[in-house]
Amino acid sequence: MTEQTYTNLTNAGPVTVTVRDGQIIRVRPLVADPDDFKPWSIEANGKTYSPPKKFNLSPFTFAERERIYSENRIKYPMKRVDFDPNGDRNPQNRGKSGYERISWEEASDLIAKEITRVSDTYGSSAISGMTSSHHNWGIVGYKMGPFWRFFNKLGYTPVFDNPDSWEGWHWGATHTYGFYWRLGMPEQYDLLEDGLKNAEMIVYWSNDPDSTRGIYTGQDSAIWRQWLKDKGVEMVFIDPFQNYTATAMEGKWIAPRLGTDTAMAMAIAYVWLTEETYDKAYIESRTVGFENFKAYVLGSEDGKPKTPKWAAEECDVPARTIVALARQWAKKRTVLAGGSRGGEGGACRQAFGTEWARMMVLLQAMQGLGKPGVSIWGTTMGAPFDASIYFPGYADPDGRMSTSKAADQTPVNPTAQRLYRPDVPDAILNPPYSWVGEGFCGNSLEQQFKPYTYPAEGCSEIKLWYRYGGSFMGTMNDTSKWAEMYQSPKLEFVVNQDCWWQSETRMADIILPACTHMEREDVGEWGTGNGYTQHASNGCNFRVIVRQQKCIEPLWESKSDYDIFSLLADKLGFGEEFTEGKSDKDWAKAFFDISDLPKHISWEEFDEKGYYIINVPEDYKSTPSLRWFAEDRNCDTPDLGNPKRLTEEANQLGTYSGKIEFVSESLSEHFPDDQERPVMPHYIDSWEGHKSPLAGKYPLQLLSPHPRFTFHTHYDKHTPSLDDIPGHRIKKNGYAYWPARLHPDDAAARGIKDGDIVKLYNDRAGVLCCAVVTGRVRPSVIHAYASSAVYDPLDPGDPNSIDRGGCVNMLTSSRLLSKNAPGMAPNSCLIEIEKWEGQI
Amino acid sequence: MSQPTMKVDVDKCTGCYACFLACRDEYTGNDYLPLSAAQPPASQSWMRVEEIERGTFPKLKVSYIPIMCQQCEDAPCIEASTDGAVYRRDDGIVIIDPEKAKGQKAIVDSCPYGVIFWNAEKALAQKCTFCAHLLEAGGEPRCIEACPVAAIQLAGDRLDEGEKLHPEFGLDPAVKYAGLPKNFVTGEVVIKSEDGEECAANVTVVLKSDTEEHSTVTDIFGDFEFDGLTELAGRILIIHHDGHAPIEIPLAGETSIDLGLIELGFGL
Ligand code: SF4
Ligand code: SF4
Repeated sequence: MTEQTYTNLTNAGPVTVTVRDGQIIRVRPLVADPDDFKPWSIEANGKTYSPPKKFNLSPFTFAERERIYSENRIKYPMKRVDFDPNGDRNPQNRGKSGYERISWEEASDLIAKEITRVSDTYGSSAISGMTSSHHNWGIVGYKMGPFWRFFNKLGYTPVFDNPDSWEGWHWGATHTYGFYWRLGMPEQYDLLEDGLKNAEMIVYWSNDPDSTRGIYTGQDSAIWRQWLKDKGVEMVFIDPFQNYTATAMEGKWIAPRLGTDTAMAMAIAYVWLTEETYDKAYIESRTVGFENFKAYVLGSEDGKPKTPKWAAEECDVPARTIVALARQWAKKRTVLAGGSRGGEGGACRQAFGTEWARMMVLLQAMQGLGKPGVSIWGTTMGAPFDASIYFPGYADPDGRMSTSKAADQTPVNPTAQRLYRPDVPDAILNPPYSWVGEGFCGNSLEQQFKPYTYPAEGCSEIKLWYRYGGSFMGTMNDTSKWAEMYQSPKLEFVVNQDCWWQSETRMADIILPACTHMEREDVGEWGTGNGYTQHASNGCNFRVIVRQQKCIEPLWESKSDYDIFSLLADKLGFGEEFTEGKSDKDWAKAFFDISDLPKHISWEEFDEKGYYIINVPEDYKSTPSLRWFAEDRNCDTPDLGNPKRLTEEANQLGTYSGKIEFVSESLSEHFPDDQERPVMPHYIDSWEGHKSPLAGKYPLQLLSPHPRFTFHTHYDKHTPSLDDIPGHRIKKNGYAYWPARLHPDDAAARGIKDGDIVKLYNDRAGVLCCAVVTGRVRPSVIHAYASSAVYDPLDPGDPNSIDRGGCVNMLTSSRLLSKNAPGMAPNSCLIEIEKWEGQI
Repeated sequence: MSQPTMKVDVDKCTGCYACFLACRDEYTGNDYLPLSAAQPPASQSWMRVEEIERGTFPKLKVSYIPIMCQQCEDAPCIEASTDGAVYRRDDGIVIIDPEKAKGQKAIVDSCPYGVIFWNAEKALAQKCTFCAHLLEAGGEPRCIEACPVAAIQLAGDRLDEGEKLHPEFGLDPAVKYAGLPKNFVTGEVVIKSEDGEECAANVTVVLKSDTEEHSTVTDIFGDFEFDGLTELAGRILIIHHDGHAPIEIPLAGETSIDLGLIELGFGL
């Protein structure tokens, strides 16, 4: 019996993996030498706060072993039984028909031939495909690496991602305070220290950091919130659901009606304006457009003063509570916890979510954003952090083998055509299709205004669709249309490449088995992709770079994504050019070599030891985010993406005026007449909200935030242990249903009892869930997390079938935030719910 | 010999279930003989988390209680076993012998805490061993390692202080708790004024019984709360209101209550 340990890294923390006789038997938090940790400490209130020498993984990471050995792994290359590339392709049977096992040789031949045929017949723009996010970690194997390197060489049609977790900040807040290089989320440097030293109150607005965990940073920040609570910082939670942070921290819970947060924000501004409890000097020197805003809030624009009474009607929150909150907020140094990492709550992912996000910035501007204790801080980032040592992340051009200087050469894609993820089915089924905006607009505000049409001039419609991952039934909106797209003859050939069977896998003609990050060589830094979320690993207590050692051989007949694309490249005659003769481990070393790590540790030692902890230097000097702006100094934070940093304009924000804009100058210039994203934020009735005519038929509002117990869809379905967590799934007759939480009054009115199987439905779809009757949700709101990985239509292959896997995203509308703000808005969704009388 | 035990702080626990999953990772498919035999996949919860909701919308509280073998002093599982199949080690850890316990289903039913599980395949009763194999190697139990907020901690020796889980079972567990959920009473005090109402902050609220008296003041939202109560019946809540007679509300019932809006007249 031989036992060995390996180091590896997941999307929620570094691990030590024990392998016995070629089998993983244990996955623990990375076991590091205690001497390698030099914990930072923060002095506040006569107390010293310092993190323990450990790595706190997200819970699901402890189920990694189950996920790797899951029965749901794609084990062999497969071909749909009624798919004949030389005869009848039967696209209408995608999602219905079964599969037969084929060899890698046959699969790769077939795919290479189809790529050649489609390219020769229609041009390379007829090839498109896209990846899902986050399922594995490591920059060699990450989705932007081998996939992009391969498809750029082919000259494919790329698909723009939408910033699906923080839409309103991206399409809205950027026009208020810049930070487009962070896609609308503000810098977070040293806000932990600022919070501990200066915060007297924290308002968590549509934010559940204990569940969203700074995206990748595991549970390292949980202890920070414990410190803040122990220190006696008052906490307020604004959310229609009493989220997990709220239950753990206690504090005041305010539960507005879904879609009305902007009204509450307006009323808070109204109290400050009328009681003159805002920071006039700051408004004067650090902002523009205040007078117009003041006029709107006080009612001179539309004759409707935005009083707490007015807001109370909209929000169903007592006016007195809004007044009390506003007064305390003005009186105390208050952190607004929303919008930054971990703050991608429902309020920004709904109709006109731009307005709420902009209001969040403006409220803090009225209290002096950037002054001590007055921040926008999600409480998941901003620990002391040594930013002087560079290590590439997947979102850095240098962190991808498709664009990195770690490669000898990188192919450039000549194709100008684009698709846009939320609308791929609409574009493919009903071209031409037009939209505005480049998806992730991290280089300039102007990218948001760029018009696109599919098909682009001189380009072909898509004929070959290559899907890597397959989770959209659980994560995109109105997902029945994805099923319709897959069954369309317009798509002549569909490939799906993944580690696991997911909701879209069964829609493919050829299925390829990929392996996980434990079955290949890689390297990565915990907690950050850098790029648009530069230095996000300051959400971890210790910065750690991990040599992701291959722990076991690829299971069954799976291969690494890199090996799969190398094989296909070989068949297409550019194998050598694709690999440059490098193995995955050679690439890991190449990335190591272009980082700053060789100045601190040799490759050999790093490779052997498996990790390197970058400690904070003893003479560390903190530079709290936006303090420079509040004090009208040059930016002193290490925010590398800020294009004005280190220039003559270094004291300015990324807006046109360089200040916080109550009236946006970028919107005034490009969309001056847009009534749906006006130049200044307004409260606009939702296109699918409590006042919509549709509410007569579907009176309940669906709230579907990011899930607590999985990482989007990942770890659901493939890890049976998660099904024993009742907050995640509830077993009934042996089937693990997705919980839908509802208020006791709504349950009683419909004769629904706790534990009943219920149907959530509207005109778009029907989804079966297990009812949880609880006072944790406000009346008229149904809370069911987004991101079920189980798409389980009662009638397989029928896009209109009821799903019993819990893909509540099927119920959500694919209408975008607003006309010119193409973000998705899953939290504007009216439904009805009834006890399911069918079989369970 | 020191007797390691666990201290659980329910107020700290966030209900993340990392402990539960880490425990499964350690024991599923892995033998640690002679201390424990492997668990079948996804079937047992040697460490489980119980969620308790108290109160009603919008004054709701949720507690998460991690529960593992309580290492009882007079352990009924030892009594229920034959042939010494369940025994207590010198360090106090109660162990089910994976060989001797075969076929002894009575062991499962003997534990009132419900922390013993039946492995049908091996016809074996199984439970938490405090990760004795890791303790012996100088490590710590997996649940403790996994916990991000130190809600579960290892105590070097038997604890006399602390709450017992389910004291009504009449056992003497070594594991001790803090912050186990009890009843609470809450309410919101408002002042009526000409143009509506305002939250009444800083109002003194007193909770009285024949034997004790607690006092608090309302917060900025006019909310007050007394938590940690066992009995509510027989207590009186008194709201002091300058210039007016105090408002007295007798309490009843056996669960947490939200008295809702308590209106103070105009003229404070
Ligand atoms: S908790 Fe149950 S299993 Fe543990 S010692 Fe007590 S009776 Fe035995
Ligand atoms: S790991 Fe800690 S915080 Fe999480 S559920 Fe267990 S005891 Fe609670």
